[in-house]
Amino acid sequence: MEDLGFNIEEALGLHRVIDEDGNVVGEEPKVSGEKLLEMYVFMVRARILDEWILKLQRAGKVALHAPNRGQEAAAVGAAFALDKDDWLFPSYRELGAYLVRGLSEEEIIDRAIANVDDPLKGSEFAVYGNRKYNVVPAPVPVGSHIPLAVGAAIAAKIMGHKTVVMAIFGDGATSRGDFHSGLNFAGVFKAPVVLVIQNNQYAISLHVSRQTAARTLALKGAAYGVPGVRVDGNDVLAVFSAASKAVERARSGGGPTLIEALTYRVGPHTTADDPGRYRLQDEAKAFEKLDPIDRYRKYLINKGLLSELEDKRIWEEWSLKVEDVVKRCFNKPPLPPEVILHNVYSKPGWNLLEQMRELRESLRLIEELGLEVE
Amino acid sequence: MPVVNMVQALNSALREEMRRDPRVVVLGEDVGRRGGVFLVTEGLIDEFGPERVIDTPLTEAGIVGVATGMAMYGLKPVAEIQFIDFIYEAFDQIVTNLSKLRRRTGGMYSAPVVVRGPCCGGVKGGMFHSQSNESYFVHTSGLIVLMPSRPYDAKGLLKEAIRGEDPVIFLEPKILYRTIKEEVPEGDYTVPIGEARLVKEGSDATIVTWGAMVYQALETAKLAESKHGWSVEIIDLRTLFPFDKDSIIKSLEKTGRLVVVHEAPKTLGLGAEIAAYVAENAIELLKAPIVRVAGFDAPFPLVHERLYMPNVARIYMGLSKVMSY
Repeated sequence: MEDLGFNIEEALGLHRVIDEDGNVVGEEPKVSGEKLLEMYVFMVRARILDEWILKLQRAGKVALHAPNRGQEAAAVGAAFALDKDDWLFPSYRELGAYLVRGLSEEEIIDRAIANVDDPLKGSEFAVYGNRKYNVVPAPVPVGSHIPLAVGAAIAAKIMGHKTVVMAIFGDGATSRGDFHSGLNFAGVFKAPVVLVIQNNQYAISLHVSRQTAARTLALKGAAYGVPGVRVDGNDVLAVFSAASKAVERARSGGGPTLIEALTYRVGPHTTADDPGRYRLQDEAKAFEKLDPIDRYRKYLINKGLLSELEDKRIWEEWSLKVEDVVKRCFNKPPLPPEVILHNVYSKPGWNLLEQMRELRESLRLIEELGLEVE
Repeated sequence: MPVVNMVQALNSALREEMRRDPRVVVLGEDVGRRGGVFLVTEGLIDEFGPERVIDTPLTEAGIVGVATGMAMYGLKPVAEIQFIDFIYEAFDQIVTNLSKLRRRTGGMYSAPVVVRGPCCGGVKGGMFHSQSNESYFVHTSGLIVLMPSRPYDAKGLLKEAIRGEDPVIFLEPKILYRTIKEEVPEGDYTVPIGEARLVKEGSDATIVTWGAMVYQALETAKLAESKHGWSVEIIDLRTLFPFDKDSIIKSLEKTGRLVVVHEAPKTLGLGAEIAAYVAENAIELLKAPIVRVAGFDAPFPLVHERLYMPNVARIYMGLSKVMSY
């Protein structure tokens, strides 16, 4: 058959490095034991942070949270393949990726509770990012950041930089026009971009089998001349290997790659969702057995890179650290009301100046009349 | 009569219309087994099956475009946009096809689609779950735009919208979904499009408003009455386009003072059109300049949303302005 420049086996298969019991079943990435352990710590930190934000949401301190549980490998493995100067356009379920890029737990919780140190100044819930780490905060309408990532990558190419851009998004986003136009531009302009589909198999209630009639999501690259690779998204080494290859390819002028990381959303879509309405409890239970952290821990122990004792220490250390961080974040004051009119333009126009006066006058009146507004 | 909330009222409107007319179908993200994220379509799939209650892939452009095609062919689709803030992907379909179909085909085709979804703020929804974007649709000729403020109107207007021959953007203030309950008749009735509702009679000033702001206006009227004895009339527009100009003028004949209150950003909000209409056609009735109290000209915030949206303090400031002129 004619060479299509598209390896259909890679798009239909499921690349794995370690199985559920941590046994090696594929080619291990050539990185130091230290790096391998670092990835593990990021996954643990993501799990601990996720649980904290969930707890704070239930206590009414966080508006909304999209739980990450069970998807730590996909986020950490993908982001771990990037260099410091590379750019990441994540979605809203990638705590591990933000941590890998350098965001701290403190900054993430500041953001989640929107206190005075919230880098996004109380603009939106459930999204994180900081220019300092080349992590671009996501727009909530899913997939609309895909063309942005492709555009940034094309710009890097035009400007002669070696920067690689990665976007992460979910299976649902592949139905949006933005996915298709982004992928098309990426192919046409050989953009140095890595598009990672975190296929957790659910867009709220819709299973991926109803999202697309295609056999796999990685296959969608074929129509755009973009190589597609499908990996086990609960296998951090498989995700990291595929992402590293894609980043390398992009950096050396080889163009874009579409990676499908097959994982599973163990929890609800967000804290406002109730999966009991549309899927069986047993299904989620079955997937808990594929927990990416357990599996990677077994691998590291088998390799002699981690002991049970050391593992326990890591969990305890980070649990305590995050507990302290949460306390610290809650000691900070809230954002002042004026922020709601900031950053609309580079400089506020006359209308916003007028409205700032109106806002301040209303604050005075609220106090004067003792009104309960907020 | 059963006492129901807005979600239940909307659900019964859909159910009754689907029973009445086999051409009515519902489509959107998670509208099937999930029943929609706010449960407006709860249980419909059990009664009408997945051919008439259609869970779609995640694409608003697809949902509205496909609904338009379905309507052209003869169905009566009700398309749910999960949050109205997500409608922009479908904007091309709405502006290019849905709204212009009748005109651009010389009247040969039409697309009586109802595009409905939760709108507006007050639930700590942040920038992308709180928008009041009615102006885009009011500005697009060919669309009818509705926004109920209570369960009775929600049911009656949705039924009227489904039975109509023109495309409708049906905006549901999500903060009212479960907070307001009232008696709503079981079975058939409709609320006519184009008729405002007189919420409260008054003689000193008129507040024209819609959606959840009706309740802020009522609270402010109470405050103004107790503090100054001002008698405030409140009109709930319900139909944002074509809005009920006659009710506004009739009220101004009595009060001569107009405050328009809306959550949407002030600049080019529907308040601007109402103010312009009154200025063009009834300026002689006015005893004071028209005042608009609106959302600020900034994206909807996650923090301090009650300060961003018109609140009692700001509406009171607006009333004071027209009363002290």
